[in-house]
Amino acid sequence: MLKIRNLEAGYDKLKVLKGMSLHVNPGEIVTIIGANGAGKSTLLNTIASLVKPSSGAIIFKEKNVTTERPDYMIKHGCALVPEGRQLYPTMTVKENLILGAYTLYSGHNRRIADERLDEIYEMFPVLSDRKNQLAGTLSGGEQQMAAIGRALMSGPDLLMMDEPSMGLAPIIVKNIFKTIESLRAGNKTILIVEQNAKAVLEIADRGYVMETGSLIIEGEASELLDNNDVKRAYLGRDYNEFTD
Amino acid sequence: MTFDQVLQYIFSGITVGSIYAFVAIGYNIIYNTTGIINFAQGEFVMLGGMIAYTFSGFMALLPSVIIAVLLTAAVGGVIENVFIRRMRRTSVLGMIVITVGLSILIREFSLYIWDEQIRALPFFTGSEISSVEIIGARISPQVLWVLAVTAVLTVALYIFLKFTLTGQAMRACSENPKAALLCGIRTDRMISLSFMVSAGIGALGGCVVSPLTQTHYAMGSDLAVKGFTVAILGGLGNPLSAVAAGLLLGLIESFSISVLPMAYKDVISILILLIILVAKPSGLFGSRAAAALKDY
Repeated sequence: MLKIRNLEAGYDKLKVLKGMSLHVNPGEIVTIIGANGAGKSTLLNTIASLVKPSSGAIIFKEKNVTTERPDYMIKHGCALVPEGRQLYPTMTVKENLILGAYTLYSGHNRRIADERLDEIYEMFPVLSDRKNQLAGTLSGGEQQMAAIGRALMSGPDLLMMDEPSMGLAPIIVKNIFKTIESLRAGNKTILIVEQNAKAVLEIADRGYVMETGSLIIEGEASELLDNNDVKRAYLGRDYNEFTD
Repeated sequence: MTFDQVLQYIFSGITVGSIYAFVAIGYNIIYNTTGIINFAQGEFVMLGGMIAYTFSGFMALLPSVIIAVLLTAAVGGVIENVFIRRMRRTSVLGMIVITVGLSILIREFSLYIWDEQIRALPFFTGSEISSVEIIGARISPQVLWVLAVTAVLTVALYIFLKFTLTGQAMRACSENPKAALLCGIRTDRMISLSFMVSAGIGALGGCVVSPLTQTHYAMGSDLAVKGFTVAILGGLGNPLSAVAAGLLLGLIESFSISVLPMAYKDVISILILLIILVAKPSGLFGSRAAAALKDY
Protein backbone atom coordinates (compact mmCIF):
# COMPACT_ATOMS: atom_id res chain seq x y z
CA MET A 1 0.00 0.00 0.00
CA LEU A 2 2.82 2.37 0.85
CA LYS A 3 6.30 2.40 -0.63
CA ILE A 4 9.03 4.83 0.26
CA ARG A 5 12.12 5.04 -1.93
CA ASN A 6 15.32 6.82 -0.90
CA LEU A 7 13.43 9.51 0.92
CA GLU A 8 15.40 12.55 1.98
CA ALA A 9 13.81 15.33 3.92
CA GLY A 10 14.58 17.90 6.54
CA TYR A 11 14.00 21.41 7.82
CA ASP A 12 15.99 24.19 6.11
CA LYS A 13 19.60 23.10 6.13
CA LEU A 14 19.10 20.30 8.61
CA LYS A 15 18.84 16.92 6.93
CA VAL A 16 16.74 14.58 9.00
CA LEU A 17 15.84 11.71 6.70
CA LYS A 18 18.88 10.45 4.86
CA GLY A 19 17.70 8.32 2.02
CA MET A 20 15.42 5.70 3.53
CA SER A 21 13.28 3.06 1.93
CA LEU A 22 10.48 0.99 3.40
CA HIS A 23 7.18 -0.54 2.46
CA VAL A 24 3.87 -1.35 4.12
CA ASN A 25 1.58 -4.07 2.81
CA PRO A 26 -2.20 -3.87 3.12
CA GLY A 27 -3.56 -5.21 6.39
CA GLU A 28 -0.23 -5.09 8.20
CA ILE A 29 0.80 -3.35 11.34
CA VAL A 30 4.29 -2.03 10.67
CA THR A 31 6.23 -0.21 13.31
CA ILE A 32 9.25 2.02 13.27
CA ILE A 33 11.11 2.17 16.52
CA GLY A 34 14.02 4.29 17.49
CA ALA A 35 15.30 6.76 20.00
CA ASN A 36 14.49 10.46 20.26
CA GLY A 37 15.74 12.55 17.42
CA ALA A 38 16.01 9.66 14.99
CA GLY A 39 13.61 11.38 12.63
CA LYS A 40 10.56 9.19 13.15
CA SER A 41 8.09 12.08 13.39
CA THR A 42 9.68 13.73 10.38
CA LEU A 43 9.09 10.55 8.42
CA LEU A 44 5.38 10.48 9.18
CA ASN A 45 5.04 14.22 8.64
CA THR A 46 6.69 13.84 5.25
CA ILE A 47 4.39 11.03 4.21
CA ALA A 48 1.39 13.11 5.32
CA SER A 49 2.75 15.95 3.15
CA LEU A 50 3.32 18.39 5.98
CA VAL A 51 7.00 18.39 5.09
CA LYS A 52 8.26 18.48 1.52
CA PRO A 53 10.95 15.91 0.77
CA SER A 54 14.11 17.11 -0.90
CA SER A 55 14.48 13.91 -2.88
CA GLY A 56 13.08 10.40 -3.13
CA ALA A 57 9.59 9.12 -3.77
CA ILE A 58 6.47 8.28 -1.79
CA ILE A 59 4.20 5.82 -3.56
CA PHE A 60 0.76 5.40 -2.02
CA LYS A 61 -1.73 2.95 -3.55
CA GLU A 62 0.43 2.70 -6.66
CA LYS A 63 0.47 6.48 -7.22
CA ASN A 64 3.40 8.80 -6.75
CA VAL A 65 2.20 11.28 -4.14
CA THR A 66 5.50 12.92 -3.29
CA THR A 67 4.43 16.43 -4.27
CA GLU A 68 0.82 16.34 -3.15
CA ARG A 69 -0.74 18.51 -0.41
CA PRO A 70 -1.99 17.21 2.93
CA ASP A 71 -5.64 17.33 1.92
CA TYR A 72 -4.84 15.03 -1.01
CA MET A 73 -3.55 12.36 1.33
CA ILE A 74 -6.64 12.58 3.53
CA LYS A 75 -8.98 12.35 0.61
CA HIS A 76 -7.20 9.29 -0.72
CA GLY A 77 -7.21 7.36 2.51
CA CYS A 78 -4.10 8.20 4.52
CA ALA A 79 -4.55 9.85 7.91
CA LEU A 80 -2.04 10.75 10.60
CA VAL A 81 -2.60 10.78 14.35
CA PRO A 82 0.05 13.36 15.24
CA GLU A 83 2.49 13.33 18.11
CA GLY A 84 1.04 14.82 21.25
CA ARG A 85 -2.58 14.37 20.21
CA GLN A 86 -2.95 17.90 18.73
CA LEU A 87 -6.65 18.33 19.35
CA TYR A 88 -8.51 21.65 19.09
CA PRO A 89 -8.53 22.54 22.76
CA THR A 90 -11.41 24.98 22.99
CA MET A 91 -13.68 23.02 20.70
CA THR A 92 -15.83 20.18 21.96
CA VAL A 93 -15.02 16.51 21.41
CA LYS A 94 -17.83 16.28 18.89
CA GLU A 95 -16.56 19.30 16.95
CA ASN A 96 -13.08 17.80 16.92
CA LEU A 97 -14.36 14.53 15.51
CA ILE A 98 -16.50 16.22 12.91
CA LEU A 99 -13.56 18.23 11.64
CA GLY A 100 -11.73 14.96 11.09
CA ALA A 101 -14.29 14.32 8.39
CA TYR A 102 -13.95 17.82 6.92
CA THR A 103 -13.16 16.50 3.48
CA LEU A 104 -16.29 14.38 3.56
CA TYR A 105 -18.63 17.10 4.78
CA SER A 106 -17.36 19.64 2.31
CA GLY A 107 -17.62 17.03 -0.43
CA HIS A 108 -21.28 16.54 0.45
CA ASN A 109 -20.77 13.05 1.85
CA ARG A 110 -22.49 14.00 5.03
CA ARG A 111 -24.30 10.73 5.60
CA ILE A 112 -21.12 8.64 5.54
CA ALA A 113 -19.52 11.04 7.98
CA ASP A 114 -22.50 10.89 10.35
CA GLU A 115 -22.46 7.10 10.31
CA ARG A 116 -18.77 7.09 11.02
CA LEU A 117 -19.30 9.38 13.97
CA ASP A 118 -21.64 6.80 15.47
CA GLU A 119 -19.08 4.06 14.85
CA ILE A 120 -16.40 6.09 16.62
CA TYR A 121 -18.73 6.63 19.58
CA GLU A 122 -19.25 2.88 19.74
CA MET A 123 -15.55 2.19 19.60
CA PHE A 124 -14.77 4.78 22.27
CA PRO A 125 -17.79 5.09 24.58
CA VAL A 126 -15.95 7.59 26.76
CA LEU A 127 -15.92 10.01 23.83
CA SER A 128 -19.65 9.72 23.54
CA ASP A 129 -20.01 10.53 27.23
CA ARG A 130 -17.84 13.59 26.85
CA LYS A 131 -19.00 14.69 23.47
CA ASN A 132 -19.82 18.25 24.54
CA GLN A 133 -16.79 18.74 26.72
CA LEU A 134 -13.92 20.98 25.68
CA ALA A 135 -11.22 18.77 24.22
CA GLY A 136 -8.47 20.52 26.12
CA THR A 137 -9.95 19.39 29.42
CA LEU A 138 -9.84 15.66 28.69
CA SER A 139 -7.33 13.35 30.30
CA GLY A 140 -4.32 12.14 28.33
CA GLY A 141 -5.81 8.77 27.46
CA GLU A 142 -9.12 10.30 26.45
CA GLN A 143 -7.32 12.83 24.28
CA GLN A 144 -5.44 10.04 22.55
CA MET A 145 -8.70 8.25 21.84
CA ALA A 146 -10.19 11.47 20.51
CA ALA A 147 -7.17 11.99 18.27
CA ILE A 148 -7.43 8.45 16.92
CA GLY A 149 -11.18 8.89 16.45
CA ARG A 150 -10.64 12.13 14.58
CA ALA A 151 -8.17 10.49 12.21
CA LEU A 152 -10.55 7.58 11.65
CA MET A 153 -13.39 9.93 10.69
CA SER A 154 -11.91 10.39 7.24
CA GLY A 155 -12.12 6.66 6.68
CA PRO A 156 -8.44 6.04 6.00
CA ASP A 157 -7.08 2.80 4.63
CA LEU A 158 -3.65 3.61 6.02
CA LEU A 159 -3.60 4.99 9.54
CA MET A 160 -0.31 6.45 10.70
CA MET A 161 0.31 7.00 14.40
CA ASP A 162 3.08 9.06 15.92
CA GLU A 163 4.00 7.80 19.38
CA PRO A 164 0.49 6.94 20.57
CA SER A 165 1.73 5.80 23.97
CA MET A 166 3.67 8.93 24.83
CA GLY A 167 2.93 10.31 28.25
CA LEU A 168 0.25 7.75 29.04
CA ALA A 169 -0.06 5.43 32.01
CA PRO A 170 0.81 1.78 31.28
CA ILE A 171 -2.74 0.55 31.70
CA ILE A 172 -4.02 3.13 29.23
CA VAL A 173 -1.24 2.19 26.84
CA LYS A 174 -2.46 -1.39 26.95
CA ASN A 175 -5.92 -0.16 26.07
CA ILE A 176 -4.68 1.91 23.16
CA PHE A 177 -2.71 -0.95 21.72
CA LYS A 178 -5.68 -3.27 22.03
CA THR A 179 -7.66 -0.72 20.07
CA ILE A 180 -4.96 -0.64 17.41
CA GLU A 181 -5.14 -4.40 17.06
CA SER A 182 -8.88 -4.24 16.61
CA LEU A 183 -8.36 -1.66 13.88
CA ARG A 184 -6.25 -4.12 11.96
CA ALA A 185 -9.01 -6.66 12.36
CA GLY A 186 -11.25 -4.04 10.77
CA ASN A 187 -9.08 -4.09 7.62
CA LYS A 188 -7.00 -1.04 8.32
CA THR A 189 -3.30 -0.86 7.58
CA ILE A 190 -1.32 0.74 10.33
CA LEU A 191 2.09 2.37 10.48
CA ILE A 192 3.15 3.18 14.02
CA VAL A 193 6.14 5.13 15.13
CA GLU A 194 6.96 4.35 18.73
CA GLN A 195 9.57 4.64 21.41
CA ASN A 196 7.92 1.97 23.52
CA ALA A 197 9.50 -0.79 21.50
CA LYS A 198 8.41 -3.69 23.67
CA ALA A 199 4.70 -2.89 23.62
CA VAL A 200 4.52 -2.17 19.94
CA LEU A 201 6.57 -5.14 18.74
CA GLU A 202 4.10 -7.42 20.48
CA ILE A 203 1.25 -6.35 18.22
CA ALA A 204 3.14 -5.50 15.03
CA ASP A 205 3.72 -7.77 12.06
CA ARG A 206 6.95 -6.20 10.87
CA GLY A 207 9.24 -3.52 12.12
CA TYR A 208 12.07 -1.21 11.20
CA VAL A 209 14.64 0.28 13.50
CA MET A 210 15.54 3.87 12.75
CA GLU A 211 18.63 5.70 13.86
CA THR A 212 19.55 9.28 12.91
CA GLY A 213 17.67 9.32 9.68
CA SER A 214 18.35 5.84 8.34
CA LEU A 215 16.75 2.46 8.76
CA ILE A 216 19.33 0.13 10.14
CA ILE A 217 17.40 -3.04 10.88
CA GLU A 218 14.34 -4.56 9.28
CA GLY A 219 12.42 -7.72 9.97
CA GLU A 220 9.43 -9.58 11.34
CA ALA A 221 8.37 -8.27 14.72
CA SER A 222 9.08 -11.57 16.42
CA GLU A 223 12.62 -11.57 15.01
CA LEU A 224 13.21 -8.05 16.24
CA LEU A 225 12.08 -8.97 19.72
CA ASP A 226 14.85 -11.57 19.78
CA ASN A 227 17.46 -9.56 17.94
CA ASN A 228 20.41 -8.85 20.22
CA ASP A 229 21.16 -5.38 18.93
CA VAL A 230 17.56 -4.33 19.27
CA LYS A 231 17.42 -5.84 22.73
CA ARG A 232 20.48 -4.01 23.85
CA ALA A 233 19.45 -0.63 22.52
CA TYR A 234 15.71 -0.54 22.89
CA LEU A 235 14.25 -3.34 24.87
CA GLY A 236 16.41 -3.41 27.93
CA ARG A 237 17.89 -6.54 29.37
CA ASP A 238 15.64 -9.18 30.79
CA TYR A 239 15.99 -9.41 34.56
CA ASN A 240 16.75 -13.10 34.20
CA GLU A 241 19.86 -12.31 32.19
CA PHE A 242 21.27 -10.49 35.19
CA THR A 243 20.72 -13.37 37.53
CA ASP A 244 21.85 -16.13 35.16
CA MET B 1 -30.00 65.21 33.04
CA THR B 2 -33.43 65.04 31.52
CA PHE B 3 -34.85 61.88 30.05
CA ASP B 4 -34.47 63.39 26.58
CA GLN B 5 -30.79 63.96 27.11
CA VAL B 6 -30.30 60.45 28.38
CA LEU B 7 -31.94 59.06 25.28
CA GLN B 8 -29.80 61.24 23.04
CA TYR B 9 -26.68 60.03 24.80
CA ILE B 10 -27.83 56.46 24.45
CA PHE B 11 -28.46 56.71 20.74
CA SER B 12 -25.24 58.51 19.98
CA GLY B 13 -23.38 56.03 22.15
CA ILE B 14 -24.95 53.12 20.29
CA THR B 15 -24.05 54.63 16.94
CA VAL B 16 -20.43 55.16 17.80
CA GLY B 17 -20.36 51.85 19.61
CA SER B 18 -21.58 50.06 16.51
CA ILE B 19 -18.67 51.29 14.49
CA TYR B 20 -16.31 50.09 17.18
CA ALA B 21 -18.11 46.77 17.03
CA PHE B 22 -17.55 46.49 13.28
CA VAL B 23 -13.84 46.99 13.77
CA ALA B 24 -13.72 44.60 16.70
CA ILE B 25 -15.50 41.87 14.75
CA GLY B 26 -12.76 42.17 12.15
CA TYR B 27 -10.09 41.73 14.82
CA ASN B 28 -11.94 38.70 16.10
CA ILE B 29 -12.14 36.93 12.79
CA ILE B 30 -8.52 37.42 11.84
CA TYR B 31 -7.35 36.53 15.31
CA ASN B 32 -9.50 33.42 15.30
CA THR B 33 -7.89 32.06 12.16
CA THR B 34 -4.33 33.30 12.39
CA GLY B 35 -3.66 34.40 15.95
CA ILE B 36 -2.64 37.77 14.54
CA ILE B 37 -3.99 41.09 15.77
CA ASN B 38 -4.48 43.08 12.59
CA PHE B 39 -3.98 46.74 13.44
CA ALA B 40 -4.83 47.77 9.90
CA GLN B 41 -8.44 46.95 10.68
CA GLY B 42 -9.40 50.60 11.16
CA GLU B 43 -8.20 51.45 7.68
CA PHE B 44 -10.73 49.04 6.16
CA VAL B 45 -13.50 51.10 7.70
CA MET B 46 -12.02 54.26 6.19
CA LEU B 47 -11.56 52.63 2.80
CA GLY B 48 -15.17 51.48 2.75
CA GLY B 49 -16.47 54.99 3.27
CA MET B 50 -14.03 56.60 0.84
CA ILE B 51 -14.50 54.13 -1.98
CA ALA B 52 -18.28 54.26 -1.64
CA TYR B 53 -18.13 58.06 -1.72
CA THR B 54 -16.11 58.03 -4.93
CA PHE B 55 -18.46 55.63 -6.65
CA SER B 56 -21.58 57.36 -5.42
CA GLY B 57 -20.50 60.29 -7.55
CA PHE B 58 -21.68 58.48 -10.63
CA MET B 59 -23.68 55.53 -9.33
CA ALA B 60 -26.62 54.91 -7.05
CA LEU B 61 -25.93 54.47 -3.37
CA LEU B 62 -26.55 50.75 -2.96
CA PRO B 63 -24.23 49.57 -5.77
CA SER B 64 -21.57 52.00 -4.49
CA VAL B 65 -21.71 50.43 -1.06
CA ILE B 66 -21.59 46.93 -2.52
CA ILE B 67 -18.59 47.79 -4.67
CA ALA B 68 -16.87 49.45 -1.73
CA VAL B 69 -17.33 46.33 0.39
CA LEU B 70 -16.07 44.04 -2.37
CA LEU B 71 -13.08 46.22 -3.26
CA THR B 72 -12.04 46.56 0.35
CA ALA B 73 -12.38 42.81 0.77
CA ALA B 74 -10.08 42.46 -2.21
CA VAL B 75 -7.60 44.80 -0.56
CA GLY B 76 -7.74 42.59 2.50
CA GLY B 77 -7.03 39.56 0.35
CA VAL B 78 -4.11 41.27 -1.35
CA ILE B 79 -2.61 42.27 1.99
CA GLU B 80 -2.84 38.70 3.18
CA ASN B 81 -1.30 37.33 0.03
CA VAL B 82 1.52 39.81 -0.29
CA PHE B 83 2.49 40.46 3.28
CA ILE B 84 1.12 37.90 5.68
CA ARG B 85 1.46 34.76 3.63
CA ARG B 86 5.03 35.36 2.50
CA MET B 87 6.16 36.13 5.98
CA ARG B 88 5.51 32.66 7.35
CA ARG B 89 8.62 32.56 9.44
CA THR B 90 7.97 35.79 11.31
CA SER B 91 6.70 35.41 14.83
CA VAL B 92 3.11 36.38 15.49
CA LEU B 93 4.32 39.44 17.36
CA GLY B 94 6.34 40.44 14.32
CA MET B 95 3.24 40.05 12.17
CA ILE B 96 1.35 42.40 14.44
CA VAL B 97 4.01 45.04 13.97
CA ILE B 98 3.78 44.51 10.23
CA THR B 99 0.06 45.27 10.35
CA VAL B 100 0.79 48.56 12.06
CA GLY B 101 3.10 49.41 9.20
CA LEU B 102 0.41 48.40 6.75
CA SER B 103 -2.08 50.74 8.34
CA ILE B 104 0.33 53.61 7.88
CA LEU B 105 0.87 52.57 4.27
CA ILE B 106 -2.84 52.45 3.53
CA ARG B 107 -3.38 55.78 5.21
CA GLU B 108 -0.77 57.54 3.15
CA PHE B 109 -2.06 55.99 -0.04
CA SER B 110 -5.52 57.23 0.81
CA LEU B 111 -4.19 60.71 1.43
CA TYR B 112 -2.65 60.61 -2.00
CA ILE B 113 -5.79 59.34 -3.69
CA TRP B 114 -8.44 61.33 -1.86
CA ASP B 115 -6.65 64.24 -0.12
CA GLU B 116 -7.28 65.39 3.39
CA GLN B 117 -10.82 66.68 2.99
CA ILE B 118 -13.65 65.18 4.94
CA ARG B 119 -16.13 63.18 2.91
CA ALA B 120 -19.49 61.77 3.76
CA LEU B 121 -21.91 59.44 2.08
CA PRO B 122 -25.45 60.70 1.57
CA PHE B 123 -27.99 59.55 4.11
CA PHE B 124 -29.50 56.20 3.14
CA THR B 125 -33.03 57.41 3.77
CA GLY B 126 -34.00 61.00 4.24
CA SER B 127 -31.37 63.68 4.74
CA GLU B 128 -29.33 65.43 7.43
CA ILE B 129 -32.34 67.10 8.85
CA SER B 130 -34.87 64.30 8.79
CA SER B 131 -35.55 62.63 12.07
CA VAL B 132 -37.59 59.85 13.51
CA GLU B 133 -39.16 59.92 16.92
CA ILE B 134 -38.37 57.00 19.19
CA ILE B 135 -39.81 57.05 22.71
CA GLY B 136 -39.55 60.78 22.96
CA ALA B 137 -36.12 61.29 21.41
CA ARG B 138 -35.52 62.47 17.90
CA ILE B 139 -32.86 60.58 16.05
CA SER B 140 -31.70 60.38 12.48
CA PRO B 141 -33.04 57.40 10.52
CA GLN B 142 -29.42 56.59 9.72
CA VAL B 143 -29.01 55.50 13.32
CA LEU B 144 -31.65 52.88 12.73
CA TRP B 145 -29.76 51.76 9.66
CA VAL B 146 -26.60 51.38 11.73
CA LEU B 147 -28.38 49.34 14.37
CA ALA B 148 -30.09 47.14 11.81
CA VAL B 149 -26.93 46.37 9.88
CA THR B 150 -25.03 45.67 13.08
CA ALA B 151 -27.70 43.32 14.33
CA VAL B 152 -28.01 41.39 11.09
CA LEU B 153 -24.26 41.10 10.74
CA THR B 154 -23.79 39.87 14.29
CA VAL B 155 -26.35 37.13 13.95
CA ALA B 156 -25.04 36.07 10.56
CA LEU B 157 -21.50 35.87 11.86
CA TYR B 158 -22.45 33.87 14.90
CA ILE B 159 -24.32 31.33 12.82
CA PHE B 160 -21.44 31.16 10.39
CA LEU B 161 -18.77 30.46 12.99
CA LYS B 162 -20.75 28.09 15.15
CA PHE B 163 -22.83 26.08 12.74
CA THR B 164 -21.28 26.10 9.29
CA LEU B 165 -18.43 23.84 8.31
CA THR B 166 -16.33 26.67 6.90
CA GLY B 167 -16.78 28.65 10.09
CA GLN B 168 -15.67 25.73 12.22
CA ALA B 169 -12.77 25.12 9.91
CA MET B 170 -11.71 28.72 10.44
CA ARG B 171 -11.78 28.22 14.19
CA ALA B 172 -9.77 25.04 13.77
CA CYS B 173 -7.08 26.89 11.83
CA SER B 174 -6.56 29.26 14.70
CA GLU B 175 -6.53 26.65 17.42
CA ASN B 176 -4.13 24.25 15.80
CA PRO B 177 -2.93 24.85 12.23
CA LYS B 178 -1.04 21.56 12.04
CA ALA B 179 -4.06 19.54 13.11
CA ALA B 180 -6.21 21.53 10.70
CA LEU B 181 -3.94 20.56 7.84
CA LEU B 182 -4.17 16.95 8.93
CA CYS B 183 -7.95 17.17 8.76
CA GLY B 184 -7.64 18.16 5.15
CA ILE B 185 -8.48 21.82 5.73
CA ARG B 186 -6.90 24.25 3.29
CA THR B 187 -5.50 26.60 5.90
CA ASP B 188 -4.09 28.97 3.30
CA ARG B 189 -7.57 29.52 1.89
CA MET B 190 -9.06 29.96 5.33
CA ILE B 191 -6.58 32.66 6.17
CA SER B 192 -7.27 34.53 2.94
CA LEU B 193 -10.97 34.23 3.58
CA SER B 194 -10.65 35.62 7.08
CA PHE B 195 -8.80 38.69 5.87
CA MET B 196 -11.30 39.31 3.11
CA VAL B 197 -14.31 38.87 5.37
CA SER B 198 -12.82 41.16 8.03
CA ALA B 199 -12.04 43.83 5.47
CA GLY B 200 -15.50 43.59 3.94
CA ILE B 201 -17.21 43.87 7.30
CA GLY B 202 -15.10 46.88 8.25
CA ALA B 203 -15.96 48.51 4.95
CA LEU B 204 -19.67 47.90 5.46
CA GLY B 205 -19.44 49.58 8.84
CA GLY B 206 -17.58 52.47 7.30
CA CYS B 207 -20.30 52.97 4.73
CA VAL B 208 -23.22 52.81 7.07
CA VAL B 209 -21.88 55.35 9.60
CA SER B 210 -20.33 57.68 7.04
CA PRO B 211 -23.34 60.01 6.82
CA LEU B 212 -23.23 60.46 10.62
CA THR B 213 -19.57 60.53 11.53
CA GLN B 214 -18.06 61.51 8.19
CA THR B 215 -15.10 59.80 6.56
CA HIS B 216 -11.59 61.13 6.73
CA TYR B 217 -8.34 59.62 5.54
CA ALA B 218 -6.85 59.54 9.05
CA MET B 219 -9.82 58.10 10.90
CA GLY B 220 -8.41 54.58 10.79
CA SER B 221 -5.77 54.77 13.49
CA ASP B 222 -8.12 56.04 16.14
CA LEU B 223 -10.62 53.33 15.27
CA ALA B 224 -7.90 50.70 15.33
CA VAL B 225 -7.09 51.43 18.94
CA LYS B 226 -10.69 51.75 20.08
CA GLY B 227 -11.68 48.68 18.12
CA PHE B 228 -8.87 46.74 19.71
CA THR B 229 -10.04 47.87 23.13
CA VAL B 230 -13.48 46.61 22.33
CA ALA B 231 -12.19 43.31 20.98
CA ILE B 232 -10.26 42.68 24.17
CA LEU B 233 -13.11 43.94 26.33
CA GLY B 234 -15.44 41.46 24.77
CA GLY B 235 -13.01 38.57 24.80
CA LEU B 236 -11.29 37.62 21.59
CA GLY B 237 -13.03 34.31 21.11
CA ASN B 238 -16.46 35.50 20.24
CA PRO B 239 -17.70 38.09 17.73
CA LEU B 240 -21.00 38.44 19.54
CA SER B 241 -19.27 39.71 22.62
CA ALA B 242 -17.40 42.19 20.43
CA VAL B 243 -20.71 43.76 19.55
CA ALA B 244 -21.86 43.92 23.15
CA ALA B 245 -18.54 45.35 24.23
CA GLY B 246 -18.58 47.88 21.38
CA LEU B 247 -21.98 49.18 22.36
CA LEU B 248 -20.85 49.31 25.97
CA LEU B 249 -17.77 51.37 25.18
CA GLY B 250 -19.79 53.65 22.93
CA LEU B 251 -22.29 54.26 25.70
CA ILE B 252 -19.58 54.88 28.28
CA GLU B 253 -17.84 57.36 26.01
CA SER B 254 -21.08 59.07 25.21
CA PHE B 255 -22.12 59.47 28.83
CA SER B 256 -18.66 60.53 29.84
CA ILE B 257 -19.27 63.82 28.08
CA SER B 258 -21.78 64.70 30.76
CA VAL B 259 -19.20 64.42 33.52
CA LEU B 260 -15.83 65.07 31.90
CA PRO B 261 -14.63 67.57 29.32
CA MET B 262 -15.02 66.17 25.82
CA ALA B 263 -11.30 65.99 25.32
CA TYR B 264 -11.13 63.16 27.84
CA LYS B 265 -13.35 60.93 25.74
CA ASP B 266 -10.45 59.01 24.26
CA VAL B 267 -8.72 58.73 27.59
CA ILE B 268 -11.67 56.76 28.88
CA SER B 269 -11.30 54.03 26.32
CA ILE B 270 -7.56 53.64 26.82
CA LEU B 271 -8.12 53.51 30.56
CA ILE B 272 -10.67 50.79 30.15
CA LEU B 273 -8.27 48.84 27.95
CA LEU B 274 -5.57 49.00 30.57
CA ILE B 275 -7.92 47.97 33.35
CA ILE B 276 -9.23 45.01 31.41
CA LEU B 277 -5.79 43.79 30.43
CA VAL B 278 -4.77 43.79 34.04
CA ALA B 279 -7.94 42.55 35.69
CA LYS B 280 -9.55 40.15 33.26
CA PRO B 281 -7.62 39.69 30.03
CA SER B 282 -10.04 37.11 28.78
CA GLY B 283 -12.53 39.93 28.46
CA LEU B 284 -15.95 40.46 29.98
CA PHE B 285 -17.50 37.57 28.20
CA GLY B 286 -14.49 35.45 27.39
CA SER B 287 -14.36 32.08 29.03
CA ARG B 288 -11.44 31.84 31.42
CA ALA B 289 -11.04 28.20 30.58
CA ALA B 290 -10.88 28.84 26.88
CA ALA B 291 -8.52 31.76 27.29
CA ALA B 292 -6.14 29.67 29.36
CA LEU B 293 -5.82 27.24 26.50
CA LYS B 294 -4.79 29.85 23.94
CA ASP B 295 -1.47 31.55 23.29
CA TYR B 296 -2.44 35.21 23.49
